[in-house]
Amino acid sequence: MAQLTVLEKLEILSDAAKYDASCASSSTTKRDSRDGKGLGSTTGSGICHSYAPDGRCISLLKILLTNFCSFDCVFCINRSSSNVRRARFSVEEVVALTLNFYRRNYIEGLFLSSGIIRSADYTMAELVRVAETLRRQHRFRGYIHLKLIPGASRDLIERAGLFADRVSINVELPSEAALARFAPEKQAGEIKSAMGGLKLKIDEAREERDKSAKAPAFSPAGQSTQMIVGADGASDSAILKRSAWLYGSFGLKRVYYSAFSPIPDASSQLPLQPPPLMREHRLYQADWLTRFYGFETEEVLGHGEMLDLDIDPKLAWALRERGRFPVDVNRADRETLLRVPGLGTRSVDRILASRRFRRLRLEDVGRLTRSLATIRHFILAEGWRPGSGLDAQNLRTRLMPRPRQLSLFP
Amino acid sequence: MIAARLNGPADFAGWRREARRLALAGIQPEAVAWLTSEDNAGLFAMESIPPADAGDAALTVPRRFIELAENVICHRDAGRFVLLHRLLLRLRDEPRLLDNAADADIARAEAMARSVRRDLHKMTAFVRFRAVSGADEDGPFIAWFEPEHFILERAARFFTGRFAGMIWSIMTPQGSLHWDGSTLQFGPAASKADTPDGDAMEAYWLTYYVNIFNPARLKPKAMKSEMPVKYWRNLPEAELIAPLIASAARRAEDMVMRAPTQPPERHVRQLRHRPEAQADESAITSWQDAAAAAQGCRRCALHCNATQTVFGEGPLDAPVVFVGEQPGDQEDLAGRPFVGPAGQVFDRAIQEAGLDRARAYVTNAVKHFKFQLRGKRRIHEKPNVGEIKACRFWLDLELQFVKPRLVVALGASALRSLIGHAGSLASARDRELALEDGTPLLATVHPSFLLRLPDEEARSREYARFVADLERAGASYRNQVSSAGI
Repeated sequence: MAQLTVLEKLEILSDAAKYDASCASSSTTKRDSRDGKGLGSTTGSGICHSYAPDGRCISLLKILLTNFCSFDCVFCINRSSSNVRRARFSVEEVVALTLNFYRRNYIEGLFLSSGIIRSADYTMAELVRVAETLRRQHRFRGYIHLKLIPGASRDLIERAGLFADRVSINVELPSEAALARFAPEKQAGEIKSAMGGLKLKIDEAREERDKSAKAPAFSPAGQSTQMIVGADGASDSAILKRSAWLYGSFGLKRVYYSAFSPIPDASSQLPLQPPPLMREHRLYQADWLTRFYGFETEEVLGHGEMLDLDIDPKLAWALRERGRFPVDVNRADRETLLRVPGLGTRSVDRILASRRFRRLRLEDVGRLTRSLATIRHFILAEGWRPGSGLDAQNLRTRLMPRPRQLSLFP
Repeated sequence: MIAARLNGPADFAGWRREARRLALAGIQPEAVAWLTSEDNAGLFAMESIPPADAGDAALTVPRRFIELAENVICHRDAGRFVLLHRLLLRLRDEPRLLDNAADADIARAEAMARSVRRDLHKMTAFVRFRAVSGADEDGPFIAWFEPEHFILERAARFFTGRFAGMIWSIMTPQGSLHWDGSTLQFGPAASKADTPDGDAMEAYWLTYYVNIFNPARLKPKAMKSEMPVKYWRNLPEAELIAPLIASAARRAEDMVMRAPTQPPERHVRQLRHRPEAQADESAITSWQDAAAAAQGCRRCALHCNATQTVFGEGPLDAPVVFVGEQPGDQEDLAGRPFVGPAGQVFDRAIQEAGLDRARAYVTNAVKHFKFQLRGKRRIHEKPNVGEIKACRFWLDLELQFVKPRLVVALGASALRSLIGHAGSLASARDRELALEDGTPLLATVHPSFLLRLPDEEARSREYARFVADLERAGASYRNQVSSAGI
């Protein structure tokens, strides 16, 4: 095989990495290089340096160290039975690309993953070597996200956490049965056990740092994971319950949902169809409701197995629970306001602050929120009642976004 | 008109000084012309700001107003100075005005501040440095950027903090920033022609951009809302957007239509070397086999929600085996028994009882953590009889391989598992018990019971009783075999 250039490797190994949805560069420790001894900084909320036409943020250089892989996970572009072109970066090549991209302000840092070659420990050690070289040799202070290889030794995982801002292991599918079927070499037990160990280390390091700022950080931006949506037959209910379990058990920072997308040289075992993007979007909305709006997973789901694709899950909940509305914006508490369709956390805070000065009218609420279109049906304001509209049978239809072509092939 | 003079379009210190003088002189916002440079000063006949009314020198504003004004003053809207002046005057009569987001002036100022903050953020995102010819890895670099508002000076701090070790300039139509590795200088406005028209790394960046894009999930609207078109002309990757969108449908369709291929030779070779499936329950001949096989246990449903099987641990020639109820939250995460809060109580008590923890084998009646999820917390739940019975398989194996001289049941679940005792713990605690094979058995409380006791007095009383039970356990097996001690 002819030697590939770095440019050719970059082509192959970024193509191979794009099915991982995460690109976050947020919530790590704040650093800079004002002391003149290193390169880079981090900000609280992260920076997206570009966006691709798939609407996804490009914050990090997201690549694989290699796409050679001994695993044969059916849904994966890099599975061993696929005929995609293969390549492997050297540690030095990844380090140089990261630094060169960073110096030109293309990226916040590196998100490095890898196919599994030789053994879990060998692969993990290579990933750690990249992070260690960046941090130790080049005093790189930008963001590093390392993918952990399930089954890698505890020692290597602990080293990864010392250099990385975030680490992640993908659970891939909501049920262990589906994982066994579609990813025969992946052991659900190894994945869970690694996540459990990480939670303990992350908590422990955080406690130490609360006592002393000099204590070493361990994956300060926490851990995350990803579930593929639409590859197996799992329902939204199964997915969201699994997420609740993941957040509760391992204190995950994020669960990413990735609509299963056609891949080059796909396996015949999977549905090759346009990725269910709207479903993915609704799952994120539902996830948000349980994490920031005080909803229980069961409430978001209602009694169904699937979320409503036509309207967002909060509106769907409100239409099921019409008896709780209208809510008086001049009296209701924060928890109640957060449940009004169309009101976000920021709008609610602004309503709470403003109403100390005057009784809010509908137009005041309009100034404090992005749009009244949905909200008006669910609130009482000074001089405003929604009338009988709230009970109307066709309210759902009226509040549905105008139908638009959601086609893969427009 | 009265002239207020500023030293540039976003001169906040100057605005503060002039606004203070205007306010103290009792001048209304409509009467003021704000001049940001010398050349428009002659257009109107201007008066200077009169001296302040005597005795009214105090003028304080909330810290939040300063923060708001610092952003608003960078906005390109010419009305920003008047708006801020009016807010300043209103704040004297309405000190909590800033909380009133429904007020039209506040709403407008906040919208302006938001727009400025967004522009600042986008500048940190979209500045693209290019190396000048002959540069080494630390520069010099030059970037060309066109901000929407007057944010250049505000943005400087981000770039000096991030790229402190490099040499760089950022050129804009408003002015320029120059960093030589230690000091920052502000320079005059520049034009795009003053900046390099390429960089060797851009070919790599564009390659990355093309390949990280997934043509099967086209969402150009989402892209444009976060990366507005007005920024595109200075982003090297933007020229790829149109062709990527145009070819996306065909590329996605190709992937769907293409017939599956035969796996490569390498894959077939690997299949032959795949290791055999993990240990199974039928072929257990050692403790190690049992521990490995237990990892895949599906004897009851608890494995679904637990992180992992927590098998017992300790020396295989231990004279005593302690059996608890089930792993807790910490044990479940760590995969090891008795490492959480109850484990720590146990460690302390066993030491006070004069026993050596390192010589004891510790395990649980049930090997998976059973809990109920409440929000983000996992609340311990008692295992039921079915689960205890299912797990007895593993406990039997552990006892069979360790062959202890004494077994200590910690709590009612352990007692139920070991001898099927369904009554209260109290009724068994002081009795002489034995397993079916005759191994002596002692029953005491589970250490987590001590943690749950509400008052201090009861806790120390019960703790002392627990230690006494453990001492009794030590005496009991020492009596049996005087040679083996823990």
